[in-house]
Amino acid sequence: MSRRNISARYRWAVASRAAAAFLGGYALTSAATIVLALLWPVPKAQGVFAASMLSFALYAIVILWAFHCPSVKRVWTVMLIGTAGLSALAWLLNAGGAA
Amino acid sequence: MSPQGRLWPFHGGGRMKETLRQTMAWLHTWVGLVAGWVLFFVFVTGTTGYFQQEITRWMEPERPLEVAPAPYDSSELVGLAMQRLEQVAPVAASWSITLPHQEASGRGWNDFSIRWEEMPQPGHDFGARTTERLDPETGAVLPPEAEPRDTAGGFGLYRMHYSLHYLPYDWAIRIVGIATMLMLLAIVSGIVTHKKIIRDFFTFRPGKGQRSWLDAHNAVSVMALPFFLMITYTGLVFFLFQYMPAGRDMLYGTGDDSVDAYYEELYGEHEHAAIGRPAAPIAPLLKQAEAAWGKGHLASIAVERHKGEEPEIVLSRARIGLDYYIPPQLRFHATTGARLPAEPRAGGGTLATAQVMYSLHEGHFTGIWGRWLYFAAGLLGCGMIGTGLTLWAVKRRLRHLSEGREADEHFGIRLVEVLNVATIAGLPLAVAGFFWANRLLPVAMLDRAAWEFHSLFAVWLGTLFYALGRPLRRAWIELLWATSAAFALIPVVNALTTDRHLGVTLAHGDWVLAGFDLTMLGLGAAFALTAVKVARRLKPQVPAAEGAATSSLEPALKESRA
Repeated sequence: MSRRNISARYRWAVASRAAAAFLGGYALTSAATIVLALLWPVPKAQGVFAASMLSFALYAIVILWAFHCPSVKRVWTVMLIGTAGLSALAWLLNAGGAA
Repeated sequence: MSPQGRLWPFHGGGRMKETLRQTMAWLHTWVGLVAGWVLFFVFVTGTTGYFQQEITRWMEPERPLEVAPAPYDSSELVGLAMQRLEQVAPVAASWSITLPHQEASGRGWNDFSIRWEEMPQPGHDFGARTTERLDPETGAVLPPEAEPRDTAGGFGLYRMHYSLHYLPYDWAIRIVGIATMLMLLAIVSGIVTHKKIIRDFFTFRPGKGQRSWLDAHNAVSVMALPFFLMITYTGLVFFLFQYMPAGRDMLYGTGDDSVDAYYEELYGEHEHAAIGRPAAPIAPLLKQAEAAWGKGHLASIAVERHKGEEPEIVLSRARIGLDYYIPPQLRFHATTGARLPAEPRAGGGTLATAQVMYSLHEGHFTGIWGRWLYFAAGLLGCGMIGTGLTLWAVKRRLRHLSEGREADEHFGIRLVEVLNVATIAGLPLAVAGFFWANRLLPVAMLDRAAWEFHSLFAVWLGTLFYALGRPLRRAWIELLWATSAAFALIPVVNALTTDRHLGVTLAHGDWVLAGFDLTMLGLGAAFALTAVKVARRLKPQVPAAEGAATSSLEPALKESRA
């Protein structure tokens, strides 16, 4: 067996997983950062700073999980639904704070 | 198992822990490879940063040799400074007097100087600021120091570890940021891969080709692991909102005004009201500072007034600890001299955390031996990346050979091999070239500092061509020897071109300049040693002895099980 046996399908699967991990993961982390910033029990400007500092650890965990998860479909699902859910939560929290 | 059958071939019924180690080994291999060369550049140039000021001094040989600072009486100096400030800026937004003092031992000497900020023009946030160095004896304004040669200096070298070169700043910091994030992933996945960190650390199987490279990579990586984690994470925090803008941009907006508003909220904004010479006698305040921080640790005395408040005198301690960016202060009423309560720190625990992270990254808080430790840890980082990249290539080359495919050149492996030589052996040679250029380029040359950079990159490009043109093993050994010679000869070039050579600097006890030359000799020796070791390790091997790799996808899996 050698490298020549690596199929195009496998390559696409890896590319899709990498995209889900790095791009999807970044979107998910961004949304989570906003939620964390709004929930952090310090003045808002500091909360934004603190949540952003933590975001790299979060991003790392998300990526590591994405490469460990057996199914690439599940990775995409979690990234998309997670991002959408957290964004909605951020919107609610922020609207609530502004009201 | 066929890759066609299983698109993520790690979950094959093995135990969860084993599967995790396999996926992490795969990730470690590939993020390490993708980011490796950029990270090597970042580590080499960043490591020099711990001796940034020392390197700059060496690159400016026109500066005088080090002299021991004369003792001084702080209240006399403050008297002289106040006199001068009253004369040039009777009404100002702020005054600041810097007493001669040392920051974090050996880091930076600060001369006696004054600084004032004029009242801002209408519509401006800040007024013009002026700094003057004063003679500690007479209080006379000192002329600016003799212009040294135009040089990129230690700062130029160090700055490249985040801003690279020849690239727009915004691109460069993002490239470095992505590489740093990949490094964080490589570190964490590397830790997960190694179930026996302690045993691996004490395992070294020399003269066994691929195994030896793996053992070296493990040992070096584990040795400074906390440093690697710290330097990577804090590095990301330096560019917090460039790398993770979502929180700030969504909650505060993206325009310049929004960003300003954010920082005003974070730091708290004070509008300054005009001040003049304080009525309170200064000497008793200086005594209190000395009682609080010890002799010689008072760094500066500022006079300022926040709008709507009384004018105050703020005494700051020298920057000598982990609180480098937020040194302790004492506040006094400028008229009565009464002690005022400490102001709450802007940004609270959040900013304090960030500022400690910055100090940890830059090693600002530590003395000369601490900085040597940082320097050594930085070199271990170069070693970790270098052995990791080499391991990738050696492993695949052996497999390639064991499959009996000598005749059929593999582009990917060849590319990595060439880039490895040109980076790992070539970049240090280029850095030596940077120092050579500092001594050999004509002193009056136009754009001289830029040509020091061009020299570095020209040498580096040269090593790439060299690596392309020579058989791999010869390229490694020859470039390592060239690097060794280039470093070892720097003190010689220095002696031939300046009068700041070891004969003078050692005799004078100027350990910054002498230390630079001695370090170059040390690097020369280290590269000679590396050349000998690499020559031994890259001896042509019998591929069969390594055993043919079986997995078509990832021999790292096999490795990690071993």
